[in-house]
Amino acid sequence: MILIDTLLPSLFPFGWQHYLLGGLSLGAGVALLYLFNGWVGGMSSVFSSTWSFVSHKAFFQQARFLNSRHWRLVYALGVVLGALVWRFALNGGEAQTTSVPAWQLLIGGFLVGYGARLGNGCTSGHGICGLGALQLPSLWAVLTFMATAFMTANLMAWSLA
Amino acid sequence: MNPHALSLPKAVVTLLAGALFGFGLSLATMVSPEVVLGFLRGQDWGLMLVMGGGAGMALMAYRGFPRWLARPLLGGQFLLQPALWSRKTLIGSAIFGVGWGLSGVCPGPALAALGTGNSGVGWALGGMVLGALAHGLTAKD
Repeated sequence: MILIDTLLPSLFPFGWQHYLLGGLSLGAGVALLYLFNGWVGGMSSVFSSTWSFVSHKAFFQQARFLNSRHWRLVYALGVVLGALVWRFALNGGEAQTTSVPAWQLLIGGFLVGYGARLGNGCTSGHGICGLGALQLPSLWAVLTFMATAFMTANLMAWSLA
Repeated sequence: MNPHALSLPKAVVTLLAGALFGFGLSLATMVSPEVVLGFLRGQDWGLMLVMGGGAGMALMAYRGFPRWLARPLLGGQFLLQPALWSRKTLIGSAIFGVGWGLSGVCPGPALAALGTGNSGVGWALGGMVLGALAHGLTAKD
């Protein structure tokens, strides 16, 4: 019990229950989408498939984007609604803020969008769906982005200290 | 027949599935870049529980449902293509990680920010929209 009393608070200074419950909830969304519709619910594809409405570039006009672009937009809209429900039901309705500088968010976001589409998946596509499907390439992808993210986040913390 | 075709019942399920996803991300505070950066700096291991819980549910779904059912409850087929490992996957994932470590935001939480009202994270969402465009415009296939 000493292990649990000392280890848990040091690994999870903000508690652990909400992390596990949140993970199970988003996993339930992924499972539901598969059970009823047969679709794999990664999040980054919508950023390419939605451009197919606007750009005539051959890359965006591939069947895999044209076929799935409608449901991916509905799925993304659901994510927004779910976050909205959480905000008003559990968090008092106040809009959230962040102290991360805008330039880090914008440039970081650009690299996330470019990299996720080049690497065919993100934290949900490779990390949750790919690992859930026991796909080795997804495991390598997760280990790769975890490694570069650890390095970048620590380098930033160190350089700003 | 497009196996991704969206009927009204399928749209309702898709919206609900997305809502469970967005609610879970928010409940787990993954919508907060500070929490994600805290994980990446080794201060808090919560993200492992989120990814583990989510992947565990996905594992049961992807293994179980095709075994018990011939097709999804609303028709179509269980679509699960094998992920491929290539130089592009390696380089793309490495770039993704640099951006994730810089911003603390990945695609799901960027979308959820429209619900939590986090206007700062909106910069990351805009970056992702442009990053995906830049990728598509320069892609060779």
